[in-house]
Amino acid sequence: MARAVSTQRKAVNTALAWGVALLIAFPILWTFLTSFKPEPQAVASPPVWFGFDWTVRNYVDVQRQRDYFDYFWNSVVLALGSTALGLVIAIPAAWSMAFVPGAKTKDLLMWMLSTKMMPGVAVLVPIYLVFVWLGLLDTRIGLVVVLMLINLPIIVWMLYTYFREIPGEILEAARMDGASLGREILYVLTPMAIPGIASTVLLNIILAWNEAFWTIVLTTTNAAPLTKFISGFSSPQGLFYAKLSAASTMAIAPILIMGWFSQKQLVRGLTFGAVK
Amino acid sequence: MSTQASRSAARLMLSPAVLLLLVWMIVPLALTLWFSVQRYNLLTPDRSGFVWFANYAAFVTSPAFWLAILNTLLLVGGVLLITVTGGILIALLIDQPLWGQGVVRILVISPFFIMPPVAALIWKNMFFNPSNGLFAEALRGIGLAPFDFLGQAPLASIIVIVAWQWLPFATLILLTALQSLDSERLEAAEMDGANPWNRFRFIMLPHLARAITVVVLIQTIFLLGILVEILVTTNGGPGSESTTLTFLVYKEAILDSDVGTAAAGGVVAVILANIVAIFLMRAIGKNLDA
Amino acid sequence: MTFSTRALLGATALCGLGYAAAAQETTTITIATVNNGDMVRMQGLTDAFNEAHPDIELEWVTLEENTLRQNVTTDIATNGGQYDVITIGTYEVPIWGNQGWLAPLDDLPAEYDVDDLLPPIRAGLSVDGTLYAAPFYGESSFVMYRRDLAEAAGIAIPDQPTWEDIKAAAAAMNNPETGVHGICLRGKAGWGENMAFLTTMANSYGARWFDENWQPQLDSREWKAAITDYLELMTSYGPPGASSNGFNENLTLFQQGRCGMWIDATVAGSFVTDPNNSTVAEQVGFALAPDAGQGKRANWLWAWSLAVPASSDAPEAAKTFIAWATSKEYANLVAETEGWANVPPGTRTSLYENADYLAAAPFAQMTIDSINAADPNSPTVQPVPYTGVQFVAIPEFQGLGTTVGQEFSAALAGQKTVDEALASAQEIATQTMTEAGYIQQ
Repeated sequence: MARAVSTQRKAVNTALAWGVALLIAFPILWTFLTSFKPEPQAVASPPVWFGFDWTVRNYVDVQRQRDYFDYFWNSVVLALGSTALGLVIAIPAAWSMAFVPGAKTKDLLMWMLSTKMMPGVAVLVPIYLVFVWLGLLDTRIGLVVVLMLINLPIIVWMLYTYFREIPGEILEAARMDGASLGREILYVLTPMAIPGIASTVLLNIILAWNEAFWTIVLTTTNAAPLTKFISGFSSPQGLFYAKLSAASTMAIAPILIMGWFSQKQLVRGLTFGAVK
Repeated sequence: MSTQASRSAARLMLSPAVLLLLVWMIVPLALTLWFSVQRYNLLTPDRSGFVWFANYAAFVTSPAFWLAILNTLLLVGGVLLITVTGGILIALLIDQPLWGQGVVRILVISPFFIMPPVAALIWKNMFFNPSNGLFAEALRGIGLAPFDFLGQAPLASIIVIVAWQWLPFATLILLTALQSLDSERLEAAEMDGANPWNRFRFIMLPHLARAITVVVLIQTIFLLGILVEILVTTNGGPGSESTTLTFLVYKEAILDSDVGTAAAGGVVAVILANIVAIFLMRAIGKNLDA
Repeated sequence: MTFSTRALLGATALCGLGYAAAAQETTTITIATVNNGDMVRMQGLTDAFNEAHPDIELEWVTLEENTLRQNVTTDIATNGGQYDVITIGTYEVPIWGNQGWLAPLDDLPAEYDVDDLLPPIRAGLSVDGTLYAAPFYGESSFVMYRRDLAEAAGIAIPDQPTWEDIKAAAAAMNNPETGVHGICLRGKAGWGENMAFLTTMANSYGARWFDENWQPQLDSREWKAAITDYLELMTSYGPPGASSNGFNENLTLFQQGRCGMWIDATVAGSFVTDPNNSTVAEQVGFALAPDAGQGKRANWLWAWSLAVPASSDAPEAAKTFIAWATSKEYANLVAETEGWANVPPGTRTSLYENADYLAAAPFAQMTIDSINAADPNSPTVQPVPYTGVQFVAIPEFQGLGTTVGQEFSAALAGQKTVDEALASAQEIATQTMTEAGYIQQ
């Protein structure tokens, strides 16, 4: 990593990398900026960069139309709930696949991934009917289960690839010392796998937070998360760029900030076994 | 390691996940298969009954079907191409020593955290819009007529949006893989007089093969299901220019309220997705074996 | 019972009357509505409703039109019971009412004055004389144009223009150099977007969707004439990217002063004349929708209306809310807080007899004339087996209209010729109608 390079070369690299990074993040930065503009200046031609009349009125307007915190809180509950439930189910499964592989383990894994390929819309009415029968419509628990199931294959796979890199001898040694299977997982495997589990958790939270089909279809008010919050701002009448930007910023800010703070942990395990 | 006891314990521990996924897959699949041979339109509940394979025939012969398959392949292929090449280039760039690496990395991964409806709305309104979008402004700025991206190049525009969302994912995985590369090997190659291209071609690229496989596999799974981005920006049009298989199913299910044909379409989509998956596994699956 | 009574008494004794009111059983109703300005305003007036009805709590689901329709249709057809009040239009009401999915609104209180509702609107929301939804706002379509630009171009747009007048005016006002396009029309595909406009335009050209035997007529001479003129107008004098412009996009363009003319919903009248949002508020003139000398004008009829699904578990509270939100009293409330021009238009005769309203709303007379000129029971020059002006009131139209709309949108984007678009529209319509059993083989 620490290759010695000339300052000149480093400067060129820096300029290039910053250019690319700003370009990639530009849509987000621009949205953030626009959210503080008065509506007419949001569509001004030529575009105004910083010299506009800064205002928080858009945020106030958005908040007055619908209570952000209700949606925010539902997003938190759904993301954390589905992740926690998913982990409880996925850790044992990934353990057994990694340490007691059978002839069909690979096929099983592939089959799990293939469950993700059924387009949600095709099963919309069947699932809706099931939810009606079970009384799960617009409940957090129903959504937690659905989001968990959608992401379960990814969680299992991620954990599996991570567990596989843990040498089996360590578990063997623990077993020799008389540790039961549960203890073996809880006290030996889990601590060693913390980085892998951490990034699995983070990825799953991101995926659950951003899921935008079932969370819109299966909720009305009580369990509605931020994806539903934003879907009411998509094409109102008249000028709306600034308000849309404010609502967008509110919807993405929590997960974006979480992602920034935890990017090291996220990246460390986000390899899906790609690194040897 | 695998005693009889641990085997049965393993099966026990695997079973909740397998059972749940089985239920999650089989209940909707069974219902879907059943609906797919029924005439069942939400809006005309009185006209119902068993119709054999009429729904499948209707779905496969619908005028947009083949175009939808082509569009699906173009969308998946286009996004994969952009994200993998772009990901490699960016990973190579930000792996170099530079000032402010942390901030650069944060900026680069940001799009990954944006929920699809927000991403689509931002791109559609603030960039692609031919009257008020920034691209139109830029074109006007250099004296050209504004281009109607979503009308004239709908699929390409959607590919841009989706590639933007997935570029960080590819970059991250490729970057991690790149960092695990033994720098001594590179230095040795440099000593031997290998030029940068050859070092990339014969040392880095083979090392990245597994990472590329993973990126392709995971992204394909997610890309086959892309719906919101199309729904928000072009609604599959103009004509059927940006209609994918998933969107076609959506159209049957929601616009036509035709549960039967949508179910048949879902079954067709799953079969095709699995064919793609098998091809993928054949082509690159060996990279995944330890 | 005794326990709760005692608890209530205790509470009253302890905390006074205010607490007792809170201890009364409250009913929560969930209202699904569109994110249009008038509905957002209604949501903002929740407090006013609660003052009169403290025992009814309102939960709002405000969504973009397509998402709303998708969620509500799924719920109502599967008997999900998620909503107590839904916002639907004149297309859905007769179909859903026939299915038994809506609770009849035949017991509205006397002070509601149901006879005050505009007759064409009321007819559109009734099945066999029974009202199934109450209109929140009603609309037809008309021509909005820039008086200043017309004057500068030296032309006049008559109150009852023909398509020839429109073409001439578009050509005269078109000036892309200064960012002004002669005419803005809908191009975004959808049965309620471009097909609403194109169907009315075709009606005025003497075209029809189906003949008396449900045979599709999209390959007729009249359709070809209408679509050809539409494309000519839009490619010569329209804004760029028109194939993705719907109502909202065009509204923004017009408010920014980028359109010389715009033919669209009468409800836009209050938006384009609102100085807070429109840069051209002082300059807007109105005219009836154009005709082609065949006896039918190109204006539609629509009413966003509130209805109670049969699956609601609080139908009485829901009806109380509907009676409030569509009442004269609500109109007065909006007038007090937001001014007369912002009152939901197009539902009641009394509003158009109100001098304050007529003075505040320069578009009022044109609106009522347009609504009265629309006849859902006889929308076309030639006879048809269906009702509905800008739509065909059959369940299949939603899908069919959107698919055909995609074809015309593709033609507008230059990807198809008129003949190609009409030929595939005809083919799609024939296939749909055959599958649905209208055409016997």
